[in-house]
Amino acid sequence: MSEGTHHPAAMAPVEHRVAALEALLTERGLIPEGFIEQTVHRYETEIGPMNGAKVVARAWADPDYKRRLLADGTAAIAELGFGGAEGDHMVVVENTPTVHNVIVCTLCSCYPWPTLGLPPAWYKDPPYRARMVREPRVLLAEMGCELPEDTEIRVWDSSAEVRYLVLPQRPAGTERMTEADLAGLVSRDSMIGVARL
Amino acid sequence: MDGIHDLGGMQGFGAVDHAPAEPVFHEPWEGRARALMEVVLGAVQPNGGEFRHAIERMVPGHYLTSSYYEHWLTAAATLAVEHGLLAREDLEARAGGAFPLSGPVLAPPVTDPGADRGEPRFGIGDQVRVREWHPPGHTRCPRYIRGKVGVVVRLDGNYSVPDVEAHGSARRHEPTYSVRFDAAELWSDGQPGVWVHVDLWESYLEPA
Repeated sequence: MSEGTHHPAAMAPVEHRVAALEALLTERGLIPEGFIEQTVHRYETEIGPMNGAKVVARAWADPDYKRRLLADGTAAIAELGFGGAEGDHMVVVENTPTVHNVIVCTLCSCYPWPTLGLPPAWYKDPPYRARMVREPRVLLAEMGCELPEDTEIRVWDSSAEVRYLVLPQRPAGTERMTEADLAGLVSRDSMIGVARL
Repeated sequence: MDGIHDLGGMQGFGAVDHAPAEPVFHEPWEGRARALMEVVLGAVQPNGGEFRHAIERMVPGHYLTSSYYEHWLTAAATLAVEHGLLAREDLEARAGGAFPLSGPVLAPPVTDPGADRGEPRFGIGDQVRVREWHPPGHTRCPRYIRGKVGVVVRLDGNYSVPDVEAHGSARRHEPTYSVRFDAAELWSDGQPGVWVHVDLWESYLEPA
């Protein structure tokens, strides 16, 4: 099976390779009826940054919840019903007027699925993973997140079991907003740390 | 292994192709590939870290010119073939062309994992140096911090070491730490006011 003995041929288009794998697994009876459609539907509708936005809004609205969230992210996020794979060990890092946090996975694509959903393509692609640990100030500015020179930047490379969520600063002028309306302000990018609100 | 996946600090990639609003799946095949990966993992029951290592073993040129869902497809197909679930010839016959798989495992199987480490060797505030090593198998110790000195900022509990579990059924559990590095320690052109935190197993570290 080594590359050396394998006859060269043009690479099949990726759609054809996916279809080939699916066909062979189906013939072996390994794919339950509807499994693929249900899996896709679940990722498209049930998990996503709207979950993380509820966590952030609760933390903004309830100082006790915020304290619990920063002390034990996993437990506080579970209070809102979110948890599971890639969210079993959550650490929430708080942005302040002088500190900005941003998350990355230089080795693969680690990301807090229960609160943010599946990661966007750019988060998994080489430019982001290569550059965020080396020149975060420049990269953040390129991505539209210009920080004052004296803002401390804390980069979190999720290389072990912990998954991170950034708690963005609550925007000024939102004191009268309801928790649900606050959640509507919270973008995925602000919880990764590549945007401020 | 010092594979193409270990991207931290590499230069020349250019701008991030960033879109604030992005669909979960860009193409229907991506969602199907995601689900098929779960089917394959359920069928072959790989060791922890084995799937990640299958991605790491991708030929660098293929890795850099394919999206992450293609990485998952390639790794899933690789494990299916390596575990005897499917034959590469059948995959290629169905696909109507070459179906590139990942390269071979370079590390020998781990049979003696060594003793578990219970009590943490380091505490918050301790200075640690990352071991300067180049293991040929799976590891979660990125290259850009090897040999560098940082400070422990958090203890995260004891977990199975990926370097061991990706290469057999043996397991070793160790404390894990979040270690903070000054960007100036990591890069000769490190930006001021930047701290990079990396989460590491205890055997990756030595006192500094």
